[in-house]
Formats: sequence, structure tokens, C-alpha cells
Amino acid sequence: MTAPIISFKDFSFQYNSQTEPTLRHINLDIYPGEKVLIAGPSGSGKSTLGRCLNGLIPQSYPGTVSGQATVAGQDIRHSSIFDLSLNVGTVLQDPDSQFVGLTVVEDMAFSLENDQQSQDAMQTATQQWAQTLDLQHLLTHRPQELSGGQKQRVAMAGVLIDNSKVLLFDEPLASLDPASGKASMALIDRLTHSQELTVVIIEHRIEDVLQQPIDRLVVMQDGEIVANDRPETILRESLMAQLGLREPLYLSALKLAGIPLRDCRHLDDLTHLSAPNLTPTLQHWTQGVTLNAPVAHTDPLLDIQGLSFGYTPDHPILHDLSLTLHRGEMISLVGQNGVGKSTLSNLITGFLTPQAGQLTFAGRSLNQQSVKERADHIGYILQDPNQMISKTLIYDEVAAGLVLRGIDEDTIHDRVLATLKVCGLYEFRHWPISALSFGQKKRVTIAAILVLQPEMLILDEPTAGQDLAHYTEMMTFLEKINRDQQMTIMLITHDMHLMLEYTDRTIVLGGGNVLMDAAPADVLTNQAIIERASLAKTSLYTLAEQHQLDPTEFVAKFVQAEREVRACNTNS
Amino acid sequence: MQHQLLIGYDDRHTFLNRLSGSTKLLCFVGLSIIGMMTYDTRYLLGIMVLSLILFHFSRIKFRDVSFILSVILGFSVLNLVMVYVFAPHYGVTIYGTEHLLLGHHAAYFNLTTEQLFYEFNLLLKYTFMVPLALIFLMTTNPSEFAASLNKIGVSYRISYSVAIALRYIPDVQSDYRTISLAQQARGFEISKKAKFMTRVRGGVQILLPLIFSSLDRIEVISQAMELRRFGKGKRRTWYMAQRFKRNDYLALLIVGLLIVLGIALFRVNGGRFWNPFKA
Repeated sequence: MTAPIISFKDFSFQYNSQTEPTLRHINLDIYPGEKVLIAGPSGSGKSTLGRCLNGLIPQSYPGTVSGQATVAGQDIRHSSIFDLSLNVGTVLQDPDSQFVGLTVVEDMAFSLENDQQSQDAMQTATQQWAQTLDLQHLLTHRPQELSGGQKQRVAMAGVLIDNSKVLLFDEPLASLDPASGKASMALIDRLTHSQELTVVIIEHRIEDVLQQPIDRLVVMQDGEIVANDRPETILRESLMAQLGLREPLYLSALKLAGIPLRDCRHLDDLTHLSAPNLTPTLQHWTQGVTLNAPVAHTDPLLDIQGLSFGYTPDHPILHDLSLTLHRGEMISLVGQNGVGKSTLSNLITGFLTPQAGQLTFAGRSLNQQSVKERADHIGYILQDPNQMISKTLIYDEVAAGLVLRGIDEDTIHDRVLATLKVCGLYEFRHWPISALSFGQKKRVTIAAILVLQPEMLILDEPTAGQDLAHYTEMMTFLEKINRDQQMTIMLITHDMHLMLEYTDRTIVLGGGNVLMDAAPADVLTNQAIIERASLAKTSLYTLAEQHQLDPTEFVAKFVQAEREVRACNTNS
Repeated sequence: MQHQLLIGYDDRHTFLNRLSGSTKLLCFVGLSIIGMMTYDTRYLLGIMVLSLILFHFSRIKFRDVSFILSVILGFSVLNLVMVYVFAPHYGVTIYGTEHLLLGHHAAYFNLTTEQLFYEFNLLLKYTFMVPLALIFLMTTNPSEFAASLNKIGVSYRISYSVAIALRYIPDVQSDYRTISLAQQARGFEISKKAKFMTRVRGGVQILLPLIFSSLDRIEVISQAMELRRFGKGKRRTWYMAQRFKRNDYLALLIVGLLIVLGIALFRVNGGRFWNPFKA
């Protein structure tokens, strides 16, 4: 048996700024060549564990360490970040924020420059890694102008160039669309074998990581390791939901159809999954479910006719786009990065002015209305709440829009408190915003818009970076205001779960126009659209195909059954 | 479109592009210092013509720089006017003669040839550097900036912060835009429609989130740099540094000679001023 390359023995860590330890009694051995997934809800300590691996703890984040932790034979307490970085290459969550070089090739060579290598050596190394990661044609580009997948490859090249043996990924899927996420996982798998790497992936989207084989799944909760085993074993015990993690969709489908997981083989690998009578059981379940007629929304709210826009006339981003959104709809807007999703919402909110086209909202033309006037009807919520928050207290932040509209103080007081109650923030009303979690901040920004009583909300990636518990909380809340206030909601998203589980209508943008406008189950089972919009086949689709079921029907029935279960849970 | 405030680098395929960044920086600094010191009109006219010729060869389009030029011109004119207002007799003091053009000898505001000549020298000094600075900025690959600074003796940490700042300007600009629009949507009026004080207050509202998001950026980037061993050694190498070629030495030699000429003129003139009035 070879010695572990990473070894934690009864290791605990407490940040100096915290009153409780973030990691408690961690025992973990990772062997050379292993591919390990560390999962867990926000605040479970998984990112802290990652920081111990690359030396940021205890060097950059001082705190109290007890127990032992070694990485490649070095005790992390006594080795510098610089020493450890030769062994552990780290790819941070958001590649955009970690680029230091002005061009791709400089970013790749950055660590070699710090090692004072000669220009010739750097040229040889960058050439070699550009070839391995297929970056040859991008070397002189600015990293910022690349696609998400390309950015991640540049970030990987920048650390692999050190020939480090351990590669650490902090939420590698968070900023990628489904198709690039899939490609990225495949690339990581290829590198693990060809470069003999040990790979540690920190991620809470388990289903997406499991698209490629994983040797071990480590689940963390409240600073402790609560599961550490082969993925199949953990999936079989059906512990995911209890541990605050999202179960793979096909697993939920198997459970709905009443297939006992203990009888299944290859539970972690859909292509080889087998169980006695699997096909007949699934077919039987599908026949037993009758699809309800979809709720029809017929009252047009926002009408877009012949909308065209481009920053330069010869490169139109949107061309002659027409679309009608109805009151009370819950819509997902999807499409590749750069296809014009943000442009469309910016045109609706008046941040951009179209070259041609008519916008009508509830019968009134929007074309002559200013950003502020439109904001009375249509609220737009950015992905990053920190970009929206301008006050230090929650009450003030929510009240700001009303104060600026010159409304009297009593009315403001009543409306703010009512909105805070709806958003579940009433208890926090005197809190400083800085004390809130990311998800709560996000809710403050939504409250600050809702208080203006708009008829429609546009949210950009409302659930990005949130774990299952916060995700569910956020979506249950949006579902509630959609149902109770007939609020029309449009979500811009890459998250296929979100599309399927919470929206009734999906608009796919592509080539400057609407590629498809249909129910999410139809979109996610249309191969051509999946490719053009950088989506990915869901595991439900694959499962249906394998068992001679009509994918669209199967997905639709699954979604309906799931929603019924969810409705039961919320009501009880 | 927003104003092109920043000066854009572009490879215009000229010999100026091919010079190393350090050469251009050294030449620019050297000529600026000697130009700032001397008041020899003949010399100043000489380098003015030289820098205009170089500007012509650099193939920089006039409209790309017209905005920044008008700003500089505006400030120079303002400065010249102020010099006249505060010291209308300074030329007379320097050159020791008085050739009256307008006004009375005893008046505070009169106009002498000496004063005009002195201010003409000032104008030359303000303006001869502008084409040189533009050439340096617009023909040097931003990636080479840090390497050039480091090469002339600035510590690499400082050099790199300059490069990083340049790299982040577009990001901060786009952050500013996003934040500003989000605030406007909530009712902060910062367009020209609003009163001045309202606009100022609106501006502050944008600043707070902008500062916080920039601080976040700084934390992440410094971690990312540390994880790739920035700051490990006393020195570092530069992927984009250019080795000195024949033309670099030639350029440095020419500039060196010009500087020597400038210093020699101090001797000939017996000081920093060339005095045509003494005859």
C-alpha cells in the first residue's frame, strides 16, 4: 500500500475571527491517483478544508490548529504557501477574478516568472500546456474575452505548468453552463489519467460531477466528515437529502417509480445502471401517471414586437425578436453565454435602447419611459447582491426606493414591514446587512424591489452559488409570490434543475432570436436545441431512452410527480 | 458610446512598436527631464519637431487622441493665462530687458515681448512631451509595462501593481455601469435631469457597492497570486520582456546625445535660459 499524499489526523481548525471551530476532528487520507469529491452544504467547512490543502490556512487565514495534517509529506503548519503550491495546484471558483496576466500566455507563465525561469523555458512550457489543453489559438487573447470553459482551461494551465501532482478545484462548475461543465469534467478525468494527478473537487452539484467516475465521495456537515466512501454506497443509502445535498435526478426517478435502491447495481453510473425488472417497472409507473393540463396564462403583460439591438450595426445581438409574456407566468430564459439574455433584460428595463421594435407593458408603450419609470412595473435583480446594496441597515435598504419616490413616512413604514414579512426578513429588520448570509442578502435585494410593487420580476441566476437548502428556500419564496400575487417572474439561468422543477415555460435564445419557446420538459429533450443552447442532456432523458420510454413524456410526468410531492410537503 | 478616456495600445507595425518598452520609457523620461530643465528655445523647438516627426511615424490616428489632446491643450492655455495674471513681468526679470508692446511701463498688466517669449517657451515645454507620452503609451504593449518599469529599477511588486491596475480598469468600469443602472432602476436619478446635489448623492450610493466589490476582487486576486508564488523571490523574470536589439541601442544613443547637447547648451548660454534680447 502506498502512503497517502494527503493525510489529516484528528485535525481541527478555528479561524481567529470565529468563536467556533470550522473543522472538527477531521480524519482523511487521500492516496496518489485518487479522484475525490468533497461535498457539503454552505458552511459545512468544505472550502476551509480546501484552504488547508493549498496552505492559505494557516498562512493567510490565521487560526488555531490542532491535530495533524500533511500534504505531500509536508506538515501544513510549517510549510509556506509557496512550498505547498509546488505540490498542490488550485483552480479557484471564479476564473475571471484569478487571472493576473493581461494575455492568456502571460497568465499561464505567471508562476514560472515568479520562479525566475528564463524566457526560453517559459516558452517551451507554455507551448506544451497550450497543446495539452487546446489553447494554442488563444494565447494572445485577453483571458476576459474567452468563454467560461476556455477560462477554466487557462486557469488549469496556469497551475498545471508547475507539474504539481495534486489539483484542487473549488466549485469548478459554478460559473459554467451545463455543456461546458460536462466538457470540463471530462477534461479533468482525462488529465487525472494522462498526467497521473490526484484530484480533489469541492462541489455541491454531485450529479454533474458524477458524469465522470469518482473514486470517493466525502460528505461534510458542520465541520465534520459524515460520509466517506465510494459514491455508489452513499447513493444507495439515500442519505443525500438528509445531508443537505441534491440527489441525482435519475435517483429520484427510481425512487418515485418504487424501485428499491438496494437492488440496483452501478448506482453511480447511469450508463451501466441495472436492477431487476427496471424497464417494466419504469414503464408501468409512466403509464400510471396522467399528465394534468397545463395552467394556461392568457392575459398578456409584456409584449415585444420586432425588437432589434446591436452595439454596432453590423453585429446585431438581437434581430427582429417578438415575444409575449403573460401575467402570472414563471419563465426561464436560457441560452449560451453571450447570446443576448442580459441584453434582452436590459432592453426591457430600459438600460439599453433598441434600434427597432415596440415594447408594450399592460397595454402601455414602454418606449418613451425612463429607466426609473419602467422600474415601477418591472423589477430587475442582479446576480450579485453586493452590486445592488447601498445602505448598511436592512430597513433602510428596503425603504430606499420609496424614499426616493417621495412617499410619506407612514406609508413607507407599513410597506417596508409588510414586504419584510413576505420575504421572511422581518426578524432581521434592525440588522446590519453585513451580518447576513449570501442568500439572505439576495432576499434583501428582492425585498428592495418588491416594495415598489412591480408586476413583473426579472432575476439573473437567482440560485447561483447556493446550496440545496438555500436554493429550495429561495425558490419556494419565488413560487409563493408568483402564486399569491400573480407576479410574473422571468429567471435567467443555466440551472436545468431550476428550469424543470420551477418554471412552466422556457424561452431559449440563440442566433439573435427565440430558438424555442415551450415547456421545460420539451426543451430539455430536444437534442438540437440542447446543443445550440449549450445545455446538456439530463440524466432523466438518458434513463428514459435506455428503457424505451418517450423522453418528453417521462420528464414531464416526473416533474409533475415531484411537484405534487413538494406541494404536499409545503402544505403539511 | 462612452468617451475613450483610456489610451489604447494597438500593434501598428512600426519601428516604434518594435522598440523595447524599457527603451521607450528611458527615452521618454530622459527627454522629459532635459526638456523640463532647459529654456533654450532653439533646443525645445528641435525636440518638438522631432517628437512630431516620431508621432507621424507612429501611425497613431489623430481622432483616437483628439479628446485627450483637447484636455491637455485646455489646461496648458489656462496655465499660461494664470502665469500672466500672477507674474506679468517675469519675462522682464529673466531676460533683463523690456520691449513694451501694449500698456504702460508702470502698469501691472502690460505686455512685453520678453513675457510673450517666456510664455512661448513654457508652451513648448508643456507640449513637446505630449506626442512622446502618447507614443510611449500607445505603442507599448501593456504586458510590457511592468517589465519595463522593473528593468529601469522600480521594484517588481510596484511594477506589477501598476500592471494589475491597468488590467482591472475595464472590470471596474463595467461594475460601475452595472451598479449605476441598478441604482437608477430603484430611483436614484444621476442623469443630467437631476439637480447637482442629487447627482452627487446618487454618486455616493454607487461608490459604496463599487468599493466593496473592488475590495473583494483585491482579496481574491492577491490569494490567486500568492498561490502561484508571487513574492517568493527578490526578483522575477518576465515572459513579455523584450531583449535589447540594435535599434534599442541606437535609440538610446541618439537620446543620450540629445541630452548631452542640452547640457552643453547650459554652458554656452551660461544658464538654463537662452536670451535673444541681449544681442
